[in-house]
Amino acid sequence: MKLDCKHVWEHISEYIDNTVDAKLREDIELHLEHCEICSAILDSTRNILVLTADDRTFELPVGYSKRLHERLREEIEKSKH
Amino acid sequence: MVYLTLFSILKNETEAEDGAQESMINAYRHLASFRGDAKFSTWLTTIAINEGRKRLRKTKGQAEDSIEEQIEEHEGDFTPAPLTDWREIPLEALERKELREALRVAVTELPDIYRQVFILRDLEELNIEETAQALAINPGAVKVRLHRARMMLQKRLVPYLKTTAPARRAFFGRAL
Repeated sequence: MKLDCKHVWEHISEYIDNTVDAKLREDIELHLEHCEICSAILDSTRNILVLTADDRTFELPVGYSKRLHERLREEIEKSKH
Repeated sequence: MVYLTLFSILKNETEAEDGAQESMINAYRHLASFRGDAKFSTWLTTIAINEGRKRLRKTKGQAEDSIEEQIEEHEGDFTPAPLTDWREIPLEALERKELREALRVAVTELPDIYRQVFILRDLEELNIEETAQALAINPGAVKVRLHRARMMLQKRLVPYLKTTAPARRAFFGRAL
């Protein structure tokens, strides 16, 4: 089946997650071969996900682990008494 | 994991950190009740979500179940924004600090139900079932919310990507 751009957009997220069925995947890939706009949308969405997973994007506050460990240690000490 | 889950609910670093500490203590106290029905990470995430919701109710004075009842009420346009210029080098784009900052802000400003699913799926890397379990919603809702969140972020970040659009299919690095 020949897909239009809107149809491809509706499935972009599932396509990225590889949860579309084989036939739809094939149709989407066929469309992507000829459509620069959808390819760019797919790439930009993927890159946003890569960037999201980059440790530098969502960093823990400075000293987070140290404070957490101190708090847990206190709690463990308390529970011993 | 626990901190970011809390942050996705509370949108405040200090509150998220306090909540994360509380969640870890809670997990420690109730470790014996973990029976392995779910993965440990999902169990921990559920504790964090409950802690976050408790804090949110306290600060906002919300009704007991108001957060859980949020549904896909955001009618509207969840289509992505087209990019046409993609000649610049992707690595340079992704290395830019302001792009990371823009993404942080955009994620923080997503409507709650979309932000929570997005963070659990794309940041914590929980799968669809685990995300559904942790948020007590059905897997179909996870998929819809995730799609909408991603499209909203794509649209929001296009102004930053426009001049730095990546070469075609440059990043397949993650198992998505």
